[in-house]
Amino acid sequence: MARNVSTQAKVGFTIGAWAIALLLFSPILWVILTAFKTEAEAIANPPTFLPEHFTLENFGAVQDRSDYIKHVTNSILVSVGSTLLGLIIGIPAAWSMAFAPSKKTKDILMWMLSTKMMPAVGVLIPIYLIFRDLHLLDTVHGLTIIMTLINLPIIIWMLYTYFKEIPVDILEAARMDGAELWNEITHVLVPMAVPGIASTLLLNVILAWNEAFWTITLTSGRAGTLTAFISSFSSPQGLFLAKLSAASLLAIAPILILGWFSQKQLVRGLTFGAVK
Amino acid sequence: MATAQTRNLARTMMAPAVVLLFIWMIVPLVMTLWFSFQNYSLINPMMTGFAGLANYTYVISDPSFVQALINTLILVLGVLIITVIGGTFIALLLDQPIWGQGILRILVISPFFVMPPVAALIWKNGFMHADYGLISHLMRFVGLKPIDWFAQYPLLSVIIIVAWQWLPFATLILLTALQSLSEEQREAAEMDGANAVNRFWYIIMPHMSRAVTIVILIQTIFLLGIFAEIRVTTGGGPGFASTNIAFLVFRTGILSNDIGAGSAGGVVAVIIANIVAFFLMRAVGKNLDA
Repeated sequence: MARNVSTQAKVGFTIGAWAIALLLFSPILWVILTAFKTEAEAIANPPTFLPEHFTLENFGAVQDRSDYIKHVTNSILVSVGSTLLGLIIGIPAAWSMAFAPSKKTKDILMWMLSTKMMPAVGVLIPIYLIFRDLHLLDTVHGLTIIMTLINLPIIIWMLYTYFKEIPVDILEAARMDGAELWNEITHVLVPMAVPGIASTLLLNVILAWNEAFWTITLTSGRAGTLTAFISSFSSPQGLFLAKLSAASLLAIAPILILGWFSQKQLVRGLTFGAVK
Repeated sequence: MATAQTRNLARTMMAPAVVLLFIWMIVPLVMTLWFSFQNYSLINPMMTGFAGLANYTYVISDPSFVQALINTLILVLGVLIITVIGGTFIALLLDQPIWGQGILRILVISPFFVMPPVAALIWKNGFMHADYGLISHLMRFVGLKPIDWFAQYPLLSVIIIVAWQWLPFATLILLTALQSLSEEQREAAEMDGANAVNRFWYIIMPHMSRAVTIVILIQTIFLLGIFAEIRVTTGGGPGFASTNIAFLVFRTGILSNDIGAGSAGGVVAVIIANIVAFFLMRAVGKNLDA
């Protein structure tokens, strides 16, 4: 890591890297700043950088206009619910593929991956009609089912790559000692697998939180998640930039913070273990 | 090692996942195929029966389809070029000895966690708005006339927004790959007198090629389905100027209630995605053997 470079070069690289990083971050920074401005100040020309009249009223207005609490509750229910459901289905599957592989294991894994490749628009219409007929349109549980199914391949793949790294010898030893299969799972496997499961959980909550195709097409008023909430701000009305920024900040803040903790897992999860 | 009992148990444990994914993949796909050969409109219930290839000829001969196809290609290629080149550059920079690397990583990765409709609205109103967008302010400041981005350059605007969202992903993956390059290798090259350019082409690039391939393939899968960014900014317009295949299917099937034609468009989208998927599966499959 510690390569020998001159201080001069280090200063140069540091300035360059910071300039680019701030440029990339600037839209988010701008949202944070604008959210605390008054509407008049938000569209003032020339613009102000820091809010001159610091205000929290935008957040209240957003709650009144679009009911943030309801949407954030739906987002949490759908993202956490679908991830837990996915883990319940995915953990046994990944466990058996990692520890009792057969000739077909690789094919099954690849096939699961292939279901992820199917473009959502290819199945939008049948899913929409099925949902309409089963009265699942605009319901939290309907959306949770869809979200579980789209993220299940990623969940299984991530778990599989983590489980693969658990030394089989330890399991063998436990088996020799006469541990029952259930005990093998709860006492040996689980403690070693928890970090991998936690990473999988984190990444999938993030993915489900930000999913914006099915949430927009299958929900409207009742079961709308934050992606639907924010889309309701797409047609401007009157002075609204500060309120839009407040709404945006409310929608992204929880996941931004979670995301910062999960950078490493992100690489692994999204490349299906191909880059670690 | 694995007894018959273990094997049976393994099969049982795998069954729910396999069955669910199988249903999820087969049922809607078969329905899409079925609808695509039917006369089926939610507005006109009298229109029923087998349509043959009529939906396909209708969709494909529609000029908006050709434009959507071209837009999809431009969108995918444009974003790929920006993110792969930009991502390589930023990853190389972040890999240098710099102060505050941890914070920099967080700043760079952040856009990836912004949900698509928020990303689109931030850019649309905070940055690209002709009156009070930050870019317009800056352009006025340097004496230029502000651009009405979504009216004048709708597709480019969408490309910029999407590229902003995916640049962190490319950067992070390429940086991870870069950091797995052994220090000995680099130092050896340095000792042998290889200059920075040669080190990049002969040491770093070959090492990175697999990560780049994976970035391209994974991004392509997501980019083919870009939807929310278009929905909340241009709505596919003006005209069809920023409509891609995904948005066209949504427009035909859901907004215009033409199930048959929408399904035919969906089948076309599936075929395109399958071609890409074929290559991705080969790349990931190779890794599974290693």
